[in-house]
Amino acid sequence: MTTADRRLTEPARAPVAPRPTERGPDRAGRGGRRTARSGRRRRRAVALLYLLPALLPYTLFSVLPMLHTAYLSFFDWDGVTLPSFVGLDNYRRIATDPQLRAAAWHAGALILFFSVLPICVGLVAAAIVSRRAGRRGTGLVRTVLFLPQVIPLVAVGILWRWVYAEDGILNQGLRAVGLGGLADAWLGSFTWALPAVGLIGSWVVSGLCMVLFLSGTQRIDQEIYEAARMDGAGPVREFWSITVPLLRPEFAVALSITVIAALSSFDLIYITTGGGPGNSTVVPGILIYRLAFGGGAVGVASALAIVLTAVISVAVLVINRLSREAP
Amino acid sequence: MTSLTSTTSPAAPARAVAGRLAGPVVLVLFMAAVLVPFASLLLAALQPAGAPLTGFALPDGLHFENFSRAWSAAGFGTLLRSSVVIAVCVVPAAVVCATLAGYALATLDVPGRGRLYAYLLLGLSIPTEGTVIPLYYDLRAVGLTNTVPGLALAEIGAFMPFGVFWMRAHFATMPRSLIEAARLDGASSWATLWRILLPSSRPAVTTLGVLYFVWSWNQFLLPLILIQDPARRTAPAGLGFFTGQFGVDVPLLAAATLIVIAPVVLVYLFFQRHFISGVLSGALKG
Repeated sequence: MTTADRRLTEPARAPVAPRPTERGPDRAGRGGRRTARSGRRRRRAVALLYLLPALLPYTLFSVLPMLHTAYLSFFDWDGVTLPSFVGLDNYRRIATDPQLRAAAWHAGALILFFSVLPICVGLVAAAIVSRRAGRRGTGLVRTVLFLPQVIPLVAVGILWRWVYAEDGILNQGLRAVGLGGLADAWLGSFTWALPAVGLIGSWVVSGLCMVLFLSGTQRIDQEIYEAARMDGAGPVREFWSITVPLLRPEFAVALSITVIAALSSFDLIYITTGGGPGNSTVVPGILIYRLAFGGGAVGVASALAIVLTAVISVAVLVINRLSREAP
Repeated sequence: MTSLTSTTSPAAPARAVAGRLAGPVVLVLFMAAVLVPFASLLLAALQPAGAPLTGFALPDGLHFENFSRAWSAAGFGTLLRSSVVIAVCVVPAAVVCATLAGYALATLDVPGRGRLYAYLLLGLSIPTEGTVIPLYYDLRAVGLTNTVPGLALAEIGAFMPFGVFWMRAHFATMPRSLIEAARLDGASSWATLWRILLPSSRPAVTTLGVLYFVWSWNQFLLPLILIQDPARRTAPAGLGFFTGQFGVDVPLLAAATLIVIAPVVLVYLFFQRHFISGVLSGALKG
């Protein structure tokens, strides 16, 4: 490409950054254009300087560690002695090891409790409330329903350990209504520990989902509902034909937030069951922690972390794609 | 009996009342589901130490000594201080970095803007589990484990994607004419940001600050791994260890938990509008 060509193509780039006031006066003369160009180069350099304080910590403490995790995933390493290259062996182990597969199943089950259940509950509750209630007290409702979002999950775990305890309110309530026979040490039970932990997740995000859907229904034009009512639509029909389709963006948000929370759950499980009893509540986060910082299997833990990150990224991508497609 | 579904039945007014009550009843049920576990924990914290406990029982008096035991004997005063130090380092620094980057991406002529922005957004789907293993070994190699800068930098790095996304979205909504006018008057990009844009950006900046504070305070996995020294742990990490050690002393554990959540609940109550709008709209713009 000759210099003349380059000069010809230069103005074509201009629309990328349409800022007429900056270059306008300089357009006329040839010399003017040259100073404009060097001024532009300076401005672009300055613009990069603005980005540096964000790019630097992000690259150093998020991106590079992520790449380093990927690197470690190809090695057999106990964290102390020299690592040895094993290729894809760690990934093969993830696919075959029963404990690792159990963790994947549990993460899937947690999606049921962290995403599906809260979204259903939140949606139905929002539909009932938006249809009937006046605006009074909405502020207080939001404040209370968001509370579980605010407190550390460690504290949530302790809160619920106490609810599920032998003498906790759950068993106390069961005994009070004559169902004392059902009382159990919930978090210590092979059958109940996973659903019990899952329901804690439902407790944390249901309020968020409901407030999200409530604010969504307020966006929907009331005239649509009125028109539907004129046509004789009942509340159920209204719900399926108007509320659900028009809340598509809120669905996407609720799904992304809760699916990420389910797949990367660690704090809650660490505090309530630690993965037990046995391996009945083991999730990827717990295994990564155990393998890397207690089990001396840094390579396998890294491979698991890479798979987890990939699954989360794909899930978020798919959710966003689906939400953007026209109904 | 055939008239059950007809609007002329005598049951109709009753059903109308039930319909009108359905909304409030659902709301009250939701709020009770949130608040009852908290009430149970608060009651436990007020019980005398060592008393046999049940989930919902009124204490024979108000035993605040659990709180003072948790604060001093169990060391939660120190733990809280560590958490405050971390938050004080992380929140202002992260807000400033995110604001500068968001401003540049929204209004300045950044080379490779789209790609840089996409690069930053990638971080939104990196879970802590994905970075924590090398963070531990690498920070230990340079002597930054068990230190405030080590943990603070790791948190700032993890918080950048959302912050840049949030501030960019905010600056993109500001009128272009305002920025152009400032440029025509010869204001530098720096002056435009500080004198023209930031004064009217307080809500967006406050929201980001509140979210960052809550995230920093609640962060568990990073301090659990990066801070092994018990004397320097943050409050939630300390609570995690404490649970393993004193799991049986419920009143003490309950009091400690309430102490740890108090600051974040207070910040939330004070800035709740910011917090809620941040979580709702921040997520929606994605």
